[in-house]
Amino acid sequence: MSTASVPVAAGTLVRRKPPWAVRRRRFLVAVADHSLLIVVAIIFLTPFAFIVLTSLMTNEQALSSHLWPSPFRWHNYVDVFREAPIWRWAINTFLYSVLATLGVLCSSIPVAYALSRIRWRGRDLAFATVLIALMLPPVVSVVPLYVMWAKLHLVGNLGPLIIPNWFGDAFSIFLLRQFFLTIPEEYLDAARVDGCGELRILATVVLRLAKPAIAAVALFSFLYTFNDFFLPLLYLRENPSHWVLQIGLSEFRSLHQVQWNLTMAATLLVMAPVIILFFLAQKAFVEGVTLTGVKG
Amino acid sequence: MTETAVTAGAPFTAERRRARHRAAWRRRRLVLMLMSPWIVGFCVFFGYPLVMSVYLSFTHYDLLSSPKWIGWANYKYLFTQDPQVGPAVRNTLWLILIMVPLQVLFAFGVATMVARAKRGVGFFRTVFYLPALAPPVAATMAFVYLLNPATGPVNVILGHLGINGPLWFQSPQWSKPSLTLLSIWGIGNLMIIFLAAILDAPQQLYESAELDGAGPIQRMRWVTLPTISPVILFSVVISVIAAMQYFTQAYVAANIASGQASQAGDQTVNNLGYPEGSTLFYPVLLYQHGFRFFNMGYASALSVLLLIVAFTVTVLIIRNSRRWVHYAGAVK
Repeated sequence: MSTASVPVAAGTLVRRKPPWAVRRRRFLVAVADHSLLIVVAIIFLTPFAFIVLTSLMTNEQALSSHLWPSPFRWHNYVDVFREAPIWRWAINTFLYSVLATLGVLCSSIPVAYALSRIRWRGRDLAFATVLIALMLPPVVSVVPLYVMWAKLHLVGNLGPLIIPNWFGDAFSIFLLRQFFLTIPEEYLDAARVDGCGELRILATVVLRLAKPAIAAVALFSFLYTFNDFFLPLLYLRENPSHWVLQIGLSEFRSLHQVQWNLTMAATLLVMAPVIILFFLAQKAFVEGVTLTGVKG
Repeated sequence: MTETAVTAGAPFTAERRRARHRAAWRRRRLVLMLMSPWIVGFCVFFGYPLVMSVYLSFTHYDLLSSPKWIGWANYKYLFTQDPQVGPAVRNTLWLILIMVPLQVLFAFGVATMVARAKRGVGFFRTVFYLPALAPPVAATMAFVYLLNPATGPVNVILGHLGINGPLWFQSPQWSKPSLTLLSIWGIGNLMIIFLAAILDAPQQLYESAELDGAGPIQRMRWVTLPTISPVILFSVVISVIAAMQYFTQAYVAANIASGQASQAGDQTVNNLGYPEGSTLFYPVLLYQHGFRFFNMGYASALSVLLLIVAFTVTVLIIRNSRRWVHYAGAVK
């Protein structure tokens, strides 16, 4: 907190210790605040707790009103892999996420650069197309695109999910552009004076300075594709050998009847990579989300 | 830009002009190269589908034979005959009018509480953000289990408290509230955005408000809300657009809950919207026509309508917001 920015009064105003009654009231208010917060936090965590507990129950326990597993059946996590081709789903998911994220980065960074740091006629118009694409719901374009992929005989494999990402993603372009705009022109001019072409500037100066934004875009893209259910449902539903984790999980219970314990174990396994990724890259996550909100 | 600055004062000899010409060409080629992914992407994955949607909406098309022009028939059926459109629109309106406000309210409430916390801001932020990360399919499966009427933990606990828990996802009255609970659990993204905005509010404003004798509620009304109003607008717009496209949770919940009810997991039964069409939201209806019945023409008509409505609603919200959104430093 900056006391320096407080207007003139700060200099003359002497901070006295507040009287005991005021301090007591403040303390009680703080206690009340924190206890409410802790209660709500516990409520938010209970679903995770029940998923974990159920995933360790026997099938009979999971179908009874017991809340605590006895005995703990760790073997469920072995059985899950035996019951369903989770590894294959995971590999498909990984292919989709990684190739799509790579595509988003390779295609969106140059576009964002051209839209922010090079001046050319029609730039505003081009940026307007990004905004329009950003505003329109993707559900709308789903039917004609499906028809298109069906004509190309690509329905049933990962192509229709990955390929569009190699042609620029409106959200990523927008986010990157806003960030590129904040890079001071002096850095770029200095590089230009040194004889760098625009491509060199992009590759050296801009990419280095825009790391947080690029990390955020990569994270979002990875997360989005990892969690994506709608497009895989459209394009992969009929072809189980190409199922991704989300489709597999949603069909898990119908493949194996009512085994809630195994279903919860699978659910937890599908949640795990994202949660681990979050703890590894927490700062980038929070900065990224904030970036979308503040710049939006 | 830099070239013109350098050559502006120089005499226009033919050679200089040619050099400038070449530089301009190089520049244009560079821009074209950098922009090419988006130019192709915008045309193929955006412009083309948009035009095609409108065209297909006037045809009968089942992917097997070529599209047959039928004029306004799809729209006529959509507006006057299809018995599912009315309920689907009402269900989606329910999301916009009840679920979205609750989400925004909760996100704001939680963000305010976290911002007031003296300790552990980082810890609480993580706790409230984590559920938003959970894949929607996994989160929905977990909630269908948690809210399982007979043996689910929630009803077991309610039973211990002497409350007879509702049927949740099995009941047409409770299926949408159940989905709302799920969506409130996942408010993490909104919460983080609010939290950042609240913590960003200039401290002097609070201090001067306090000196003027403003209590906590007045400070909230006259300092916090105005300073974060652009962020509230942003959240409302994205939440409304998301609600109009609400699909995954509804699909998975209906699928799992109905499979649970029949105990058979029979895949041939059409379980979209289970129970009793109460979770048949507009996008689910679109999916049903397009990708279960392969009525591409009719599905296109549905999507064109969605496009028009989504666009209108967004513009309306942003227009109306001028009255209550305050932009710091804006001249107005």
